[in-house]
Amino acid sequence: MNDALGSVQSILILGGGSDIALATAHAMVARRCRTVVLAGRDPEAFSGAAKELTKAGASTVERVSFDALDHASHAEFVRGTFDRERDIDLALVAFGVLGDQEQAEHDGAEAIRILDSNFLGAVSVLVPLVEAMKRQGHGTIVVLSSVAGERARRSNFVYGASKAGLDAYCQGLGDSLVGTGVRLMIVRPGFVHSKMTDGLAAAPLATDPQHVADTIITGLGRGSEIVWAPGSLRFVMSALRHVPRVVFRRLPL
Amino acid sequence: MSPDRATPPLLGDETLLYGWGGTAPTRAHLATPLTNADAHHLVSAAPKRGVVARGLGRAYGDAAQNAGGLVLDATALSGIIDADLERGTVTARGGTSLDELMRWLIPRGWFLITPGTRYVTVGGAIASDIHGKGHHVDGTFGNKVQSFRLLTGTGEIRNIHRDTEPDVFWATTGGMGLTGVILDATFELIPTETRFIRVDEERCADLDAMFAAMESSDAEYRYSVAWIDCGARGRHLGRGVLGRGNHAFFDEIPKAKQARAHTFGPRQLAIAPPLMPSGLINSWTVKAFNEFWYRKTRVSHRGSIQDIGLFFHPLDLVDEWNRVYGRRGFVQYQFVVPFGAENTVRQIIEALSNENLPSFLAVLKRFGPENPGMLSFPIPGWTLAVDIPVSRTSLARTLDRFDEMVMQAGGRVYLAKDARTRPENLDTMYPRLPEWRAVRDALDPDHVLNSDLARRLDL
Repeated sequence: MNDALGSVQSILILGGGSDIALATAHAMVARRCRTVVLAGRDPEAFSGAAKELTKAGASTVERVSFDALDHASHAEFVRGTFDRERDIDLALVAFGVLGDQEQAEHDGAEAIRILDSNFLGAVSVLVPLVEAMKRQGHGTIVVLSSVAGERARRSNFVYGASKAGLDAYCQGLGDSLVGTGVRLMIVRPGFVHSKMTDGLAAAPLATDPQHVADTIITGLGRGSEIVWAPGSLRFVMSALRHVPRVVFRRLPL
Repeated sequence: MSPDRATPPLLGDETLLYGWGGTAPTRAHLATPLTNADAHHLVSAAPKRGVVARGLGRAYGDAAQNAGGLVLDATALSGIIDADLERGTVTARGGTSLDELMRWLIPRGWFLITPGTRYVTVGGAIASDIHGKGHHVDGTFGNKVQSFRLLTGTGEIRNIHRDTEPDVFWATTGGMGLTGVILDATFELIPTETRFIRVDEERCADLDAMFAAMESSDAEYRYSVAWIDCGARGRHLGRGVLGRGNHAFFDEIPKAKQARAHTFGPRQLAIAPPLMPSGLINSWTVKAFNEFWYRKTRVSHRGSIQDIGLFFHPLDLVDEWNRVYGRRGFVQYQFVVPFGAENTVRQIIEALSNENLPSFLAVLKRFGPENPGMLSFPIPGWTLAVDIPVSRTSLARTLDRFDEMVMQAGGRVYLAKDARTRPENLDTMYPRLPEWRAVRDALDPDHVLNSDLARRLDL
């Protein structure tokens, strides 16, 4: 169950390999979370992460197979997970790919793969997930969006479009959940030093998975609907949003 | 059992239910049984996630919530069934409020165990085994209960008398509603000649003075409680106002009041508006309030005649007062530590003050002997209750630290107030938990009775 101060006891992580997700899981285990379900394409790869979480105090760490691209499997996946666990207090939707922007501009298949992983795959699993949480009568869904979805940039607009779609979907979904006992929080990180961005040049206001995790914890405690990581990005982006196109596309972003 | 009405009661609409602290709402079917047969039908038809009875929703946390399951609004199962005004006992249905009981009993010369609000039901009073300012003399509500009828998870209706079935009786008393639904109860009353309390008040300049005053002379009073200024520091640490009283005899009250010595008709002065901003209760407003409250009391003031309602239930004057905490709500942290662990009380007050946690209306009480309730909260010792708004992230850690200190001292937190302790703490805080579980499992092997509190604390 969620407690009065925003701590949870069991979490489901979709995208169990994500650095942000694991940092968040550790922060939650430190705050009395005892059950962690790590779901991803290759659950074998999570054995190290699972050991770490157990060492940190989790009493049950499960590794299960989940493929964001296999939409047809999602309903069954959610049903199975909720049947197995007593309750899922919080689900973190953390899977996604950065993709190859350059390739995606020439190769439709790559563009579709990015959209499919980040947007369609997420929507496909969110539908049964929300239903299951409504039946449970409570629950929190945390979705990793991105500042890239806030305003499309020349350098990564396919990824940006996928996150913009996801972000818009989740804003509406969050509003639809008012009064159901289920709530949804959107997380909009900026550039995060992680496996996903390895080798890329850091953008201004770059942050790390630990900081994003702390932002998530604070946001949950506050009952926030949208959090930014770092928080200052909220103000930076509300300015950037209004920069004229002709200027914006020349910015070194 | 056959239902009294042609149509069985519906499971009811799905409703978002909150505790009094307004912190972690969940959604459940809320059904309002009108008869015991309705209640029986509903418990038998409970969904997979179970059922729990809910009274007036004064439990601060998640005790009367049941996410995804069924919640029985017991308030329609109310009314006085029988009373013996010679011997001073009454039988009332589980959903009867103490307010309703007092309005009927006080004019007839009787009173009962009451917590800081009249808006609790008989069922809730037993399930939480509530206490009040008179605990050091009268014990808890459960101490006065002779018997009750319990609708169990298997659909049985059982007559439970404290002498013949002590196990079920004392598992239910303080059992947080998880042994069954209390349909009605017979309990003993307290005689009173008037509707007034003769009150002595004194300021105590620090915590030691407060402990000393309560230790030396609580015995002279039926009711005793201290309000503590948790913002005071240094040599003022733990200063507060000690208020104690006894039922006033008829000839002790002023002539002007004698004509209406029994008329009990408390009114509400105001209702807190909805949508109060969060942050209204902050360290500044609380400091100002606490300073005012301390100063407004004369250094010592004896023999004032106060209405029972004002003495016991000042907060009831404002309906929905919990709204002043705003959207994010508040938690009440109430713990008890045994005598000898005064230092733990001091350290916690010190921490509240050092961390500048805004807590107004902190209340200190000296408990009397414990009762056989397996999960009953009171043990002989000191209990402190503080209301703290949910405003900063560090609060979770702070309260976890308090839990450790309380457990180290052999104390516990009060389940009716709790909304955040760890399940791992329960075995230490409530060493009779295994015994309670055994009785509950025998009564309700499938755990049809269930609640958010039970899930959170793994009861």
